[in-house]
Amino acid sequence: MHVVVFTRSTPDTTAKVEVSAAGAVTWGDAATVVNPWDEYALEEAIVQAKNAGGKTTVISIGAEMHNESLKHSLAMGLDEAVRVWDGALENSDSLAYATTAAAAVQKVGAVDLVIFGKESVDVGTDQHIYQTARKLGWTMLSYVSKILAVDYAAKTIKVERLLEQGKQVVTSSLPAVISVMKDINEPRYPSFIGIRKASKAVIPVWSLADLGVTLPAAQTRVARFMNLPPREGKVEMIEGSPEEMAVKLVDRLLEEKVL
Amino acid sequence: MSAVFVWIETFNGKAISSSWEALGAAKELAAAWSVPVTALVFGEHASALASEAAAYGADKVIVCEDATLVGFRLEPYAALVSKLVQEYAPKAVLAIGTARGRELLAAAAADTNAGLLTEVSSLEAQPDGALKAVRPVYSGKVLSEAVGTAGAVQFVALRGRAFKAQQPDAAAQAEVVSMPPVLAEADIATKIERFEEEVGTVNLTDAAIIVSGGRAMANNPADAPTGVADAAVWKAQDGFQNTLQPLADTLGAAIGASRAAVDAGYIPYAHQVGQTGKTVAPDLYIACGISGAIQHQAGMRTSKVIVAINKDAEAPIFKLARYGLVGDLYKIVPALTAELKKRLGK
Repeated sequence: MHVVVFTRSTPDTTAKVEVSAAGAVTWGDAATVVNPWDEYALEEAIVQAKNAGGKTTVISIGAEMHNESLKHSLAMGLDEAVRVWDGALENSDSLAYATTAAAAVQKVGAVDLVIFGKESVDVGTDQHIYQTARKLGWTMLSYVSKILAVDYAAKTIKVERLLEQGKQVVTSSLPAVISVMKDINEPRYPSFIGIRKASKAVIPVWSLADLGVTLPAAQTRVARFMNLPPREGKVEMIEGSPEEMAVKLVDRLLEEKVL
Repeated sequence: MSAVFVWIETFNGKAISSSWEALGAAKELAAAWSVPVTALVFGEHASALASEAAAYGADKVIVCEDATLVGFRLEPYAALVSKLVQEYAPKAVLAIGTARGRELLAAAAADTNAGLLTEVSSLEAQPDGALKAVRPVYSGKVLSEAVGTAGAVQFVALRGRAFKAQQPDAAAQAEVVSMPPVLAEADIATKIERFEEEVGTVNLTDAAIIVSGGRAMANNPADAPTGVADAAVWKAQDGFQNTLQPLADTLGAAIGASRAAVDAGYIPYAHQVGQTGKTVAPDLYIACGISGAIQHQAGMRTSKVIVAINKDAEAPIFKLARYGLVGDLYKIVPALTAELKKRLGK
């Protein structure tokens, strides 16, 4: 049994992210962290592999800064890490990502389960996850909040999914791509020994030639990044007794026409 | 003639209301390109919903009603959209970017090697036919302006509450075309075992008003009954139920929460707003006892009017808020509920 999990490095959550004069996104000297949703994916990969006596591989598609997320993954206890990078992936879109990710899973070989965190906070989307499943031709199970049962021999999986209107329980077939939500587990912290081992790890880099893929032409491109418009006005503090505050606030909210 | 497609999402045989926002956005694109709007309605009562789609502005409705389409499953729905896109080559395919909408458009875009832009908050048809869209990136700290490819099918998943639905016109008519499903049940691996619906609660991502509670929900003055395992958890849960919920009920609002409140076990994860929870953009967001950590802001900073109620006048939430009330939420919220009941005549 083999689980592949995808991750990326994203700017530290508390970092001030802004657009530089040159139009690039920058977060100054702030560190990067594992994409916050991926911590749950990494933990689940470790748990699933342990339960089945299997193996884990973590993959990041991206430039050198993504080694940080791979080292964190190794420190948590993932078995192998691979980075996929090629100049042709620069400024590419989700179709290119999915094509590359699917080829990387095929190269790992005999994979039963691919796990993603619900979305990537840097690119602000989850589309690459579903597209990876389609490019693999595998089942896609998104928003998984619990893996209820999995049978690698019979190639079946049963999960609970968290949707807008409630919880859904579905069964499906393996191999599958799943995306996981926060309440699926509690991610472990990397151990001291894990961190030491990870710091010495040499992470192999696969190129598109190694994967034997050609990218589809990009269908979308980023024209520019923009800073947020400044928030209008300052906070108006409403004072008085609770009852007085309530009267004043309701006056304001009626004026704002938001009730 | 090429058209603008829009998928009308349904749940239990009813259209979800934000689908009409997507239809509204499709109408604007279609007008700019002088092409018709085709609504896609699949599943239970699809034929009955066609007239509703017509009322909201669809020129044509393609319906598929089949047992395999009862309850959304990605495989049969994506197979339908991909087939229709290949057959009709629409200029664009729109949907509201709900959980289902995002994965459906992503799958169909992958199947047809087309471009997809998600979380789109504003959309413009360029003269050459390319779409220009604005979408938040980096947890909403930065905006990205992205462009699609002119002359190719362009998929767009819209943010809820960012586009306006048209006023329905009950007299409007549309051509209705029925199609058979693409996949047979035997070809669909995923089987729905059950759905536990959260009945009676307002959906966070659709909500016009959200009342949210944080760590300070545990400062409930009510006494926990003897014998409860954790008094703080009991107090906070009681506060969500008996202090925040009445305010939400008065306003027709959904209940949100900070990560701190969720992690402490005060309320289920489904209510979490923020970086590892839901992203919301209501007209009014009332933050009660929430300090406003950057992770929380990531999920609610685009709310139109933010009201912060917090004991700590230095809490970061006041930097984001339009109106700030310093004090005990357990005193202010009940007063606010009473005042609203009086003023709104409830």
